[in-house]
Amino acid sequence: MKRFAVPVPVAALLVLLAPMTALAAETAGGAPGPARVVNSGDTAWLLTSAALVMLMTPGLAFFYGGLIRRKNFLSVLMQCLMVLCLVSLQWVVFGYSLAFGPDFKGLIGDLSWVGLSGVGMEPSATYAPTAPHLAFMIFQAMFAVITPALIVGAFAERMRFGPFCIFALLWATLVYDPVAHWVWGDGGFLRKMGTLDFAGGTVVHINAGLSALAAALFLGKRRGFPDKISPPHSLPFAALGAGLLWFGWFGFNAGSALQANGLAASAFVATHVAGAAAGLAWALLDWGFHKKPTCLGMITGAVAGLAAVTPAAGFVNPLGAIAIGVGSGLTCWLSVTFIKTKLGYDDSLDAFGVHGVGGIWGTLATGIFAVASIGGTDGLLAGNPGQLWLQAKAVLITCGYGFVMTMVLLKVVDVVLRLRATETEERIGLDLTQHREASYTLID
Amino acid sequence: MKYIVAIIQPDRVDEVLDLLTEKEIHLVTVSNVLGRGRQKGIAEVYRSHKEAGSLLKKVRLEIAVNDTFVQPTVEAIIKGARTGQIGDGKIFIMDLPECIRIRTGETGNFAIG
Repeated sequence: MKRFAVPVPVAALLVLLAPMTALAAETAGGAPGPARVVNSGDTAWLLTSAALVMLMTPGLAFFYGGLIRRKNFLSVLMQCLMVLCLVSLQWVVFGYSLAFGPDFKGLIGDLSWVGLSGVGMEPSATYAPTAPHLAFMIFQAMFAVITPALIVGAFAERMRFGPFCIFALLWATLVYDPVAHWVWGDGGFLRKMGTLDFAGGTVVHINAGLSALAAALFLGKRRGFPDKISPPHSLPFAALGAGLLWFGWFGFNAGSALQANGLAASAFVATHVAGAAAGLAWALLDWGFHKKPTCLGMITGAVAGLAAVTPAAGFVNPLGAIAIGVGSGLTCWLSVTFIKTKLGYDDSLDAFGVHGVGGIWGTLATGIFAVASIGGTDGLLAGNPGQLWLQAKAVLITCGYGFVMTMVLLKVVDVVLRLRATETEERIGLDLTQHREASYTLID
Repeated sequence: MKYIVAIIQPDRVDEVLDLLTEKEIHLVTVSNVLGRGRQKGIAEVYRSHKEAGSLLKKVRLEIAVNDTFVQPTVEAIIKGARTGQIGDGKIFIMDLPECIRIRTGETGNFAIG
């Protein structure tokens, strides 16, 4: 059985690719509609943003990698970078069509854009009307990549690599693509309901966060958790990773304006101040309650703030963003410091505590702090309490779907391929046992 | 007094330390080392990373004990580090003529534990 673990996705990909080369050749002109003209400024910003978001995945790899033990450093880098390869191809071959293709009952896109058929250099009729459809597609591809990579934090140091690859591919297809369609796809039911999610509070952070919780519960604790797990092997790497994430997040949020305009600038500012406020809040909480402000706490706080402002970036003003940042520092800090230790699950790198909790808070907070002058919709504080209810419904739906589907997928992959590393593999470390490599040598 | 040096596999350190603690042997120095044994580094790529030709990563434990503790220490190390495969490591025991605690100036049996 073990021998089949790696070739399966490759073979599946080849089978799928064969008819697709033919499909891609007959690029359709796109649906009829108002004249759509490519704007060079918008295109430049969207492509730049796509590159910024791409950098977040290696950034995340270093953020996570620095937080684990030396013997597993490469395994986490490999998991994140393999997702970059796998999901990028999945996206082009059929993922983009499932997420953004012509709507099927509000639940999922159909397969008419498989192999990017009809997705070309002309703008799309529905998405980013001033930039090439391909630019929008590749921008969204980077979101599809980083979301499964976020889950890695929950099961770091204990999942076998081959089954991980299968899980990541299945998760991208059966969890990410449908939820992306519900919230962002033309005709998606949450979008029609009026849910506000600017850059992925539900699709990316809640989805990944709740899946992370499911994975942590399903796989169980690491051997020796909690007393005998060494502290982070390289906080400087984690801080570098957090810096790269913060940098890439400007593409993630400000790029989601899809145009180089005032809204992009507003989202840029909101993103930055929320990250800053949350990093500061976490440091102060550590200082007050644990005597010293820690580097680990500050960078975790910043990431929590950036995650929380993601759904809100294009709907709130800078003061609203600061409130969201401070709130995320507080809620995520409580979750990681008290709730996790009380419940005793081993979410190794707090993928749920930071992205899940931050995403839930941010999506709800969008319904509280939104102002019509920024994104056209008011929230609770501006006198529209109904929006908060809409946000809460979207939170419940994505939480439930992400958690349940992930449990099912993990169970299926586990039955067929066995997910968890053996005790010996875990003890020796995944770098040597899964990749036959080591991060560091002992002599110069 | 004896000075015990053990070279063991890196993945057995936790077990050995636990077993030493059980026998109330708390003072130990641990370092990462590279070395090669009889198998000249060929056999066990899976257990330990090979570096610089035939050198393999190992962990060195150094424990200074009074004579009555020699046997428990050796038993704990063997129980924790033995898998039966090649590369489990070695234990060396040396006479220790003196031991001085820097803070107090105590010497000999008082200083060692």
